Amino acid sequence: MNFLLQPLILVTFFPLVGVLVLLFLKPEQKTAARWVALTTSLVTFAISVAVLVQFNPADPALQMWVNIPWIQVAGWNISFSMGVDGLSILLLMLTTFLTPIAILSTWTAVEDRVKDFMVFFLLLEVGMVGVFLAQDLFLFYIFWEFTLVPMYFLIGIWGGPQRMYAAVKFFLYTMAGSILMLLAILWLGIYEGTFSVPALVAKGGIPADIQFWLFLAFAAAFAIKVPMWPLHSWLPDAHVEAPTAGSVILAGVLLKMGTYGFLRFNIPLFPQAAVQLAPWIAGLAVIGILYGAMVSYAQRDVKKLVAYSSVSHLGFVMLGLFALNSQGIQGGILQMVNHGLSTGALFLLVGMIYERRHTRDMDAFGGLWKVMPIYAVLTLIVALSSMGLPGLNGFVGEFTILLGAWDAGQAGGALTTYWFAALAAIGVILAAVYILFMFQKLFLGPVDKEENRSLRDINWREIAILVPLLVFIFWIGLYPDPFFRLMGPTVDKLVVAIQTAAVAMH
Amino acid sequence: MTLQDVFQSTLAILPLAVLVLWTTLLILVDLFIPSHRKWLTALLAALGMVVSLVLLLVGAGQEQAAFNGMVVVDGFAIFLQALFLISGLAAIALSYDYLIRMEIDRSEYYILLMFSIAGMMLMSMAADLIVVFLALELLSIPLYVLAGFARPRIGSEEAAMKYFLLGAFATGFVVYAVALVFGATTTTSLAGIVVAVDAGSANLTLLTVGAALLLVGLGFKVAAVPFHMWTPDVYEGSPSSVTAFMSVGAKAGGFAALLRVFVTAFPALSVDLTPILWVLSALTMILGNVVAISQRNIKRLLAYSSIAQAGYILMALVPYGQPQVSSNSVAAALFYLVAYAVTSFGAWSVVITLERAEGRGLDLENYAGLSRRYPLLAAAMTVFMLSFTGVPPTLGFVGKFYLFSTVIEGGFIGLALIGVFTSLVSAYYYLRVVVYMYMREGEPLATSGRWIYLTAGVAAVATVVLGIFSAPLFAWASQAVLQLF
Repeated sequence: MNFLLQPLILVTFFPLVGVLVLLFLKPEQKTAARWVALTTSLVTFAISVAVLVQFNPADPALQMWVNIPWIQVAGWNISFSMGVDGLSILLLMLTTFLTPIAILSTWTAVEDRVKDFMVFFLLLEVGMVGVFLAQDLFLFYIFWEFTLVPMYFLIGIWGGPQRMYAAVKFFLYTMAGSILMLLAILWLGIYEGTFSVPALVAKGGIPADIQFWLFLAFAAAFAIKVPMWPLHSWLPDAHVEAPTAGSVILAGVLLKMGTYGFLRFNIPLFPQAAVQLAPWIAGLAVIGILYGAMVSYAQRDVKKLVAYSSVSHLGFVMLGLFALNSQGIQGGILQMVNHGLSTGALFLLVGMIYERRHTRDMDAFGGLWKVMPIYAVLTLIVALSSMGLPGLNGFVGEFTILLGAWDAGQAGGALTTYWFAALAAIGVILAAVYILFMFQKLFLGPVDKEENRSLRDINWREIAILVPLLVFIFWIGLYPDPFFRLMGPTVDKLVVAIQTAAVAMH
Repeated sequence: MTLQDVFQSTLAILPLAVLVLWTTLLILVDLFIPSHRKWLTALLAALGMVVSLVLLLVGAGQEQAAFNGMVVVDGFAIFLQALFLISGLAAIALSYDYLIRMEIDRSEYYILLMFSIAGMMLMSMAADLIVVFLALELLSIPLYVLAGFARPRIGSEEAAMKYFLLGAFATGFVVYAVALVFGATTTTSLAGIVVAVDAGSANLTLLTVGAALLLVGLGFKVAAVPFHMWTPDVYEGSPSSVTAFMSVGAKAGGFAALLRVFVTAFPALSVDLTPILWVLSALTMILGNVVAISQRNIKRLLAYSSIAQAGYILMALVPYGQPQVSSNSVAAALFYLVAYAVTSFGAWSVVITLERAEGRGLDLENYAGLSRRYPLLAAAMTVFMLSFTGVPPTLGFVGKFYLFSTVIEGGFIGLALIGVFTSLVSAYYYLRVVVYMYMREGEPLATSGRWIYLTAGVAAVATVVLGIFSAPLFAWASQAVLQLF
């Protein structure tokens, strides 16, 4: 049973311990269920910190490698293999960091079927962590599809009025992409003889025309998840209907699974197709940036506004990744983390006001600054971080991405024109417009609605939920170096591989 | 054939022989069991199957032919016989409480069930078209009776009638097919057909027509489109415990014949037959899944689902003409049959728990709120629905994984695409059951029955555990088909 003590296996499956304990609780033991889930997720976070401590940033290879033969009959070569490197370490940390915060946010928000809620939440954590660590395509697919199930229940049981529609739409949309990826995975397994990701990357040599189709099949799954324009229409529904904690995880982690998928699979496995298609993807990304920002501005529902802003922010991530240079990819990875922190925090803030007023309509608010000063200040910081104010985390990510995209715009770069970077920069301005517009509607002006006069400011628990997020918002904004150092060597190695492939093409 | 040969042959098929003898004796023994102790009949029936199963697994050794090559005992046969016997046990577990509750507990039920299983077992060993025909009749006729077991309920009688008429019609196709094949090759032995084709003495046109007609006849049994029309009505009208058994056993029996006959006797015809199989498989997946969307009665929903599942298994037959692929694809079909059997019995056990007299409790509405009052039952049903859809980590997912992989290996990307997109369609109606159970409020009423609960529990655990640790089962399936080629 030694393999159970491998750090990566432990961090992935530890939440199951909590699930097991929860199964023995009675439905009435709500507080106990909350504590079990919180403790489990905190221990999981502690384990992930231990992984981080063991992690050697200078080594670009996969670390803490676990490889257990799994299905090795009749020509199948499937292993239970996991590893962590610069591409995934930050996302692992983001997942284990956001889960306890999300659980804490449900303390008073979820009163119905608390035990079931916590079971699904911990199962979701297993799936998410597994996605970021799996290094075998079969294993990856299992985790990837599995995350659908608990999220489907979280939206469908604890969501808003349209929850059933939103849950089914979420499931079907995401599955539509995944099944195409499944066929591509099968193709790789059959014709390349292995499902192991590092082995496939090392082997390379898939003909360019086949790379093209496999790239598209994988991209179908990931682009829906990100979501890239025009495949985003499930996102507003899922977000608006999901309970707050569900939205936090959905925006904070699940969407990153899409961008991570591009980074882990599409680019290294099919580098030539990636180079070939980079301008197209960047084009969709830029459309997403501008479209998401403009649609956000049109929203009256705060949660929907934040949801559409995700389309815009994730567009930046995709632009960075498909600049296919070191700056772009590093900025992209950092921006994944940033978006998880800022948008996670925004959803939490929206959830707090919703718990008090049971509405998210902007017109129902106004002048909250006077009524809830602490809440207003915290919201302001998060909002500024989301729109990319220098000194906060969003700026670092977006700026690095824009540098990378500009650089890739030179002749010989992946994007071949400066237009992508230039148009994306407009997106930064638009972000300021919709964010500040929202802030103004909610917090400034007179308190002209009677119901808002007696709102109580946020309590210690709610502050405690937000503070860890704010710490990182400032940390990344002021001193991002440690974060870049974690991913640098791995990204550089990847970029070299892409360049080699690009040279081979010409 | 000397007495020695008969003895040797009987020994080779000992599990089947014991089962038939046991069943025949049980008819007599049952007369002496007083009516308030009829549980003894059920127990004896189950015991007979356990004995047969033990003999089967103990005796599982190398390939041997028996009765002058009419039957052959190989890995393929043993794998399927084990599946049939375990299905039989599950069917008894599902039936016992249900029959009492529906007031149709007559002990012929178990005897008919056992004869039908004997037919299926014989089918898996058939090495001659005459035996295929015999086995088909032996497995079908008891099922016709069982379908009408809830008489005088009109739905049940209608089901029996419909099943009988269409079944007889299908049998006619099989007989005619056998006649044509005999005309073309002057033999009915599967090995003999290959010899005749290789020697060039066979009339290939006639043989192809014969094979196509055989496909029609067996297509009825496995409920492939366009030979599926009977399925929803018969599944809905029959007592649910019979439907559960029929949807697994009859289908697996039909596939046992299809797989063996096509792979061993007709590989030379694959140029003509593969396109036909391709179309059948695609139509079955599309129609089964699309029509299932509009069903509100759970039995009809599962009926269309079982049609769709037949389409997936048919995919495994499509590349049967490519020897390097088809051993994998037959293994994948065997694996999928197990996945389908486990999931089906599980799903039907939940249906049976919720069913009440006179066909009430079968609407999707009756599942509303199930997760609150019966959380375990709802969780089990969710597992089955996810397994039918093919969502990991369930047996259904691994089954589809293997099936799609052989189709891709055979170069039929288009069929694989149809397969995955129809799976997506199926997600919609399977999830709707989950939506009712978890996301709507209601006052569902489940009756308790410990054997039924046990079946549901074992099936749910098996669906997940075998889904994660599928390697041994798949290894067995791959091993089992080696002797076919």
